[in-house]
Amino acid sequence: MKKLIKGNDAIAMAAIEAGCRFYYGYPITPQNDIPEYLAREFPKIGGTFLQAESEIGAINMILGSAAAGKRAMISSSGPGISLMQEGISYMSGSEIPAVIVNIQRSGPGLGGISPSQGDYFQATRGGGHGDYRTPVFAPSSVQEMYDLTFLAFDVADEYRNPVVVLADGMLGQMKEPLDLRHPPQRELPEKTWALTGCAGRKPQLLKSLYLGHRELDKHCWDLWKKYQRIISREIRFEEVETKDADLVVVAFGSAARISKTAVKDARKEGLKVGLFRPISLWPYPEQRLEELAKTAKAFLVVELNTGQMVEDVKMSVGKDKPIHFYGRPPGADALPMPIEILDQIREVYP
Amino acid sequence: MHSREKMYSDVMMAGFGGQGILLIGNLLAEAALLEEYEVTYLPSYGVEMRGGTANCTVVISDTEIGSPQVSAPEVMLVMSQAAAERFEPNVKPNGLLIANSTLVEVGKFSRKDLEMVCLPFNKIATEMGNSRFANMVALGAYLGKRPLVKLESIGQVLKENLTGKKAEFIPMNMKAIEKGIELVSKSGG
Repeated sequence: MKKLIKGNDAIAMAAIEAGCRFYYGYPITPQNDIPEYLAREFPKIGGTFLQAESEIGAINMILGSAAAGKRAMISSSGPGISLMQEGISYMSGSEIPAVIVNIQRSGPGLGGISPSQGDYFQATRGGGHGDYRTPVFAPSSVQEMYDLTFLAFDVADEYRNPVVVLADGMLGQMKEPLDLRHPPQRELPEKTWALTGCAGRKPQLLKSLYLGHRELDKHCWDLWKKYQRIISREIRFEEVETKDADLVVVAFGSAARISKTAVKDARKEGLKVGLFRPISLWPYPEQRLEELAKTAKAFLVVELNTGQMVEDVKMSVGKDKPIHFYGRPPGADALPMPIEILDQIREVYP
Repeated sequence: MHSREKMYSDVMMAGFGGQGILLIGNLLAEAALLEEYEVTYLPSYGVEMRGGTANCTVVISDTEIGSPQVSAPEVMLVMSQAAAERFEPNVKPNGLLIANSTLVEVGKFSRKDLEMVCLPFNKIATEMGNSRFANMVALGAYLGKRPLVKLESIGQVLKENLTGKKAEFIPMNMKAIEKGIELVSKSGG
């Protein structure tokens, strides 16, 4: 039976259902419901909840638990995620799987706590140093907060890679009916690499330091091959009425959710408008957008920032079709209303 | 599941922190879920505290809900003067405005197109024994005007949420809601 659940709680519930029993973090708004939930529930099921001394401590703690082969999760918001970048880079280099949740607040700097999509670049371009990628999933409903967190654990384990769940304060605080379902079971590789104590077997090492002759370039190309596998298999997106659309609105997360109503309202006015919603932000569904560019006459990108994903749309669509941008960086009461997006649709409609 | 006609309804409830606005929004949303509707509940979220502004938007529908954020809610419930001044312009043309006349100067409203229900929710609750149930009387007024969910569903949700010692408050809550329903029925709209 479905229950009315807050988005942040849905993430914590997914972690428990997915078998995660290790959570480390440091408080920051607007994601505090996640540690609050797990601090309450983990002790009942033998999980480990630990509030670290800082985000830097916390990310290295999940590195440790994940290196031992356990499912581990961390959650924070922009400024905290910035502090974790070193650890995420090390985990990517050492191929240690874990789930990193970013309930975005507005930045730069301490910014504010209102819903924002300002961390798109940080999430999709690998905010840390070095030649690495992390899959990024962007939920747009409470059900997806749950489903995509669950999926993130499976994807992390399948490819031995950190995976990011990117949401924001609106999705974190809103409530919707939630079904505690499980995703289709994946065949996940056994964690033979895990550091579980070497009694009876050869010692193992997880490392990101490669100083030997031709060691590091081989490592980087091996990682690249893995990223190609992820690109070929983990792209996800949703389309609403794009088939005959002259104008395609492209938006993710909460911006997509608000745009959905605007698109429906535009259809009522007889405008041929569709919505394209990337769910995986990396790998980006560029091929499908490229295909849509053959039939659509124009695109409108809506983001809660001053223009980040629009660059991926430009790369996918090319220069032949106009790409308009409607940006709403955050502030008090700054979530766009559907009518404001509808006004943009009317204005740029080809 | 439903044999109902296509249904969509939205309401914004607003007042100040401590008035129990988010509580009645939640209650409505949970009752709607119990009746197998799609529902979204979006609270205002900012640097809010007791005495600051508090509001929430509830959307109920029998099909997938797009935005939980509503441009112009069809029903607006305002429990404070600040909320009344801020949100009166937002109500959908010819929509319904329910105001708590204990704290709202209803003479200051300027919209002519709206259906108005102005009742002294605090005063009514105080007369019933406790001013803290003003939010429940207000919820009743809303339900009287927009009977989307059954009173039994609200009762069921209260029963699930108020357990143990808190269960003793259920009858008073229900009485306050029933009072609200009764008052708007009597006024005849």
